Amino acid sequence: MHESTLLRYIAPNGEPLTALPVWCSQSDWLVEAYRHMQFARLFDQKAIALQRTGQLGTYASILGAEAIDVAVGMCMEATDILAPYYRNHACQMVRGLPARHILSYWGGDERGSAAAEMQQDFPNCIPIATQTLHACGAAFALQYRQQSRIAVAMLGDGATSKGDFAEALNVAGVWKLPVVFIINNNQWAISVPRTLQSAVSRLSDKGLAAGVPAIQVDGNDIIALRIALETAFQTAREGQGPFLIEAISYRLSDHTTADDANRYRPAEELKTAWKHEPLARLRTLLFRLQLWDEQRDTALLHDLQNQLDAEVKAYLETPAPPVTDMFDYLHAELHPALREQRDWCEVNQMPGGSHAPGGADE
Amino acid sequence: MNNAITLLEAVNLALNHALRNDSDVVLLGEDIGVNGGVFRATAGLQATFGEHRVLDTPLAEAMIAGLAVGMSSQGLKPVAEIQFMGFIFPAMEQLVVHAARMRNRTRGRLSCPLVVRAPYGGGIHAPEHHSESTEALFAHIPGLKVVIPSSPQRAYGLLLAAIADPDPVLILEPKRIYRSVKEPVTDDGKPLPLGRCYTLRPGRDITLVSWGAMICETLKAAETLAEEGIDAEVIDLVTLNPLDIDTLLQSVTRTGRLVVVQEAPRTCGIGAEIAASVSEHCLLSLQAPVRRVSGYDTIMPYLKLEQHYLPNTADIVQAAKQSMEAL
Ligand SMILES: Cc1ncc(C[n+]2csc(CCOP(=O)(O)OP(=O)(O)O)c2C)c(N)n1
Ligand SMILES: [Mg+2]
Repeated sequence: MHESTLLRYIAPNGEPLTALPVWCSQSDWLVEAYRHMQFARLFDQKAIALQRTGQLGTYASILGAEAIDVAVGMCMEATDILAPYYRNHACQMVRGLPARHILSYWGGDERGSAAAEMQQDFPNCIPIATQTLHACGAAFALQYRQQSRIAVAMLGDGATSKGDFAEALNVAGVWKLPVVFIINNNQWAISVPRTLQSAVSRLSDKGLAAGVPAIQVDGNDIIALRIALETAFQTAREGQGPFLIEAISYRLSDHTTADDANRYRPAEELKTAWKHEPLARLRTLLFRLQLWDEQRDTALLHDLQNQLDAEVKAYLETPAPPVTDMFDYLHAELHPALREQRDWCEVNQMPGGSHAPGGADE
Repeated sequence: MNNAITLLEAVNLALNHALRNDSDVVLLGEDIGVNGGVFRATAGLQATFGEHRVLDTPLAEAMIAGLAVGMSSQGLKPVAEIQFMGFIFPAMEQLVVHAARMRNRTRGRLSCPLVVRAPYGGGIHAPEHHSESTEALFAHIPGLKVVIPSSPQRAYGLLLAAIADPDPVLILEPKRIYRSVKEPVTDDGKPLPLGRCYTLRPGRDITLVSWGAMICETLKAAETLAEEGIDAEVIDLVTLNPLDIDTLLQSVTRTGRLVVVQEAPRTCGIGAEIAASVSEHCLLSLQAPVRRVSGYDTIMPYLKLEQHYLPNTADIVQAAKQSMEAL
């Protein structure tokens, strides 16, 4: 299947462009998606505020990618396997990861990747595109064990330039792996615009050379995303092989809190992009379909804010990890050769030790 | 120009000088053009020298290194930036299997006069994979020179030397001190010699050897030791391969005591190489066992624990005193 046009159901102004699937009005799926997206937005604002006040490390904002993440999270089965990159907090939350752990991770604590709620999902992947191959390996394990689960890899537009991605597509195609690749094409890889990554006009066309069916979808349109994902996930789950989805979005934020996009991003472009953003689009649609009203909206926001506050509180009250964690998770068992170093590490942080709190170098 | 500038500005100054004076020099890397690099090391260079000389590449480190091999084999002098050393591994194949051995394989017919720059090291509260010190992996590779400047002047002169060098050079920039150390740098285009240590502080009683950002803690430790009547010599190793063993031996022969300070994990680090060389060449001059102050043999922890991993001044002082107490 190779769609020649961008899949889209909702216009940027929230107007349906075509007859909507029945589940839009006959289930609360859209309202559920809206709730997740609102939470993601609140979470994002809070995370940035925490970073600005020294309570979080460098953080990658999800602003503008909420629909992609939420749709992926909602369409996946709990037992499927997610291989996320570093901008998939919303997807992780939809899959049941409490926000406190996501904050913990971005606060510089490895325990953020240890939460039981992550099940078999991979931790955030920082080295670009490497996770696409992990998803293929995981998909092989599922195929090998004849399970009907799938693996899902998320990546950015910049990541499509890396060899790992080409290798992942290639092996997924030739082995018919139950894996789905989802590109969040947010038009930028830090300061490098999409046009400098590849001469191809549609990144989804990268599936062609690997024999992987692909589709390009409006990443600000939650309905189009669900339709595309259902096709892709079904294909993979039924043993017909991999699928590639290119979701077109826009990074409405700086690359991370360590970046200043004003140095390279035209202000006009950002202004236009805001007219396409996914949350307002869904909200308007919900109002149009009479699935939502101001009263419920106010109540929801209040509710979500309380939930978030509780998560932030739990994060801030989490004590720092013990220093010995550095050693205790290196191997299944601590090797005797490391025991002396571990002891020193523990002693050094005690009062009077070289790394005691409040020491000269702090 | 004699204003005090940062290490980062010194890198920029050297790149500017090289681009201005040698049309064979080209820069390539991720975000180095319009954005001027995520640390601003290449700020303004694309605007000055054009998109054909300062190239914003697609996101692919194997590609960057492979391009540099190809470019340099034809006499260009590419200076590639790897955004963080944690992302150098896809480039490693090209550096190890081609750049480092092209001259040898072709018995001098082709060579790779390329430079790869990468910020490295911890202490800036960065995300995962952004804080490691893996210099020893590269220092182990025959044919590859590995250089770590720890002051603006050395960054300027050594980068120019690396660009002029007929063979591949990896320059690792200690990002923790990118902006914290300032000194006047003369933009005279003069390279500093590669493969030479720099004695930053002469001393009689003990030799402290370090490189990169740890030089700052090592110099501080020397001051603390001086207050206690211990006169420490501080040597900046600068080039990790090839090692300037003569300078080290001369110093240790005089002081009889040696502490090596490295941010990297201990096992198979440069400290081990130095200790082995010293014991081979001047064991009988040693009055105490060589000591290593290093990171632990652990994964560089994420930011909540990074200060517990990184060696500090107190660790160095302690090791030096232990060395002084030995018979
Ligand atoms: C292998 C590797 N190289 C470089 C980096 C530094 N880096 C982090 S994010 C990024 C841009 C990624 O852009 P894209 O894939 O489009 O994802 P986005 O951040 O836009 O969502 C770069 C170059 C990295 N993390 N990994
Ligand atoms: Mg992107």
